[in-house]
Amino acid sequence: MLNHIWLWMIILSILIAGGTDLFQEITAVDTPVQEEVHRNLNKDTKLGQVTSAAIEAAGLSVKIAIGLIGVMALWLGIMRIAEEAGAIRILAKAVRPITKRLFPTIPSEHPAVGAMVMNIAANMLGLSNAATPLGLKAMEELDKLNPEKGKATDDMITFLVINTSAITIVPATAIAIRASLGSVNPQQIVVPAILSATMATIVGVTTVKLIQYFNNKKKSLSKSK
Amino acid sequence: MHSFKIILDWLSILAIPLIIFIFLAYGYLKKVKVYEVFVEGAKEGFEVGVKIIPYLVAMLVAIGMFRASGALDVLTWLLSPVTTLIGMPPEVLPMAFMRPLSGSGSIGIMTELMKTYGPDSLIGFTASTMFGSTETTFYVVAVYFGSVNIFKTRYALPAGLLADAAGLITAVYVCRLLF
Repeated sequence: MLNHIWLWMIILSILIAGGTDLFQEITAVDTPVQEEVHRNLNKDTKLGQVTSAAIEAAGLSVKIAIGLIGVMALWLGIMRIAEEAGAIRILAKAVRPITKRLFPTIPSEHPAVGAMVMNIAANMLGLSNAATPLGLKAMEELDKLNPEKGKATDDMITFLVINTSAITIVPATAIAIRASLGSVNPQQIVVPAILSATMATIVGVTTVKLIQYFNNKKKSLSKSK
Repeated sequence: MHSFKIILDWLSILAIPLIIFIFLAYGYLKKVKVYEVFVEGAKEGFEVGVKIIPYLVAMLVAIGMFRASGALDVLTWLLSPVTTLIGMPPEVLPMAFMRPLSGSGSIGIMTELMKTYGPDSLIGFTASTMFGSTETTFYVVAVYFGSVNIFKTRYALPAGLLADAAGLITAVYVCRLLF
């Protein structure tokens, strides 16, 4: 799936940019030679912009990843202490009633549950600096339960969908930008945003649970044959 | 509403120091060698950061090219009949497409829309609600799966995008109701 989406994003970008450039070249009124000389192909053509965007994005990826190393180390260190002390197990136990429905195959008190709960809580509070390291810690723990490395498990996908539709109690970035642009009531978006995110979570969890249900059914059918 | 905001502000300020305090204090009580164990855990940070680089490059390059090519304008143009049908202001459609792709890109569109139409207009209100209602799904998929070297993501992206669509459409309706 990701194969196709990724491929088509790139192919379409090049085709659309090339098409736009071609169209402009054909329809352009003849420009005086003077201006033609000053044309910067990298900036003035869509294809040039696409190329610069690709190179820029490649550099940015490394910057993001390197920037993550510090916070990552901090939270992985804290989480290791919590794990050794048994605090993560206590946390996992406390949320067991909910998580056993969402993640039926994860053994109770597994550290993955504790890390997932902390990630979701951090997301809710809008603590994105803590959320990503905790989420990656959760993925690492989930991968320990993965029988087929390199392939996503149902539990990982459920976690990811809950994560990407994350309910944030205070969408701080949006509120700050609204306030800076002179909104009368910048916090007005809090309730609608929570409602929308809740809807996203409900639809997301229902979708993955339905897919998992039908997949399991198919599997047990083919086994009984 | 105001006191609610003060409580929430304090909660988000207190959350991290409180978590660190509790975990460290509890670790100490349970006789964990806190410093040693911390360093032991922190060592993994570097590894994870480096591991996600190829996945991030693949994803962010594709998104960057897609954004620069004007493909979003084409998508907006193709889908504009549908948006009018469901009562979505056509101006916020680029926001809906950008949100799952790029955090900084959607901040840009949101800011632009609020500058043009005002933060308290229906368009500004809807765009900022959309921003607060979902996460950057493509980025999360790349980073989270990348950190454990997973490339067979199965139905993760379609399910995530379906959830995003549900959230974004809900934002349109709720904002229209409240406006």
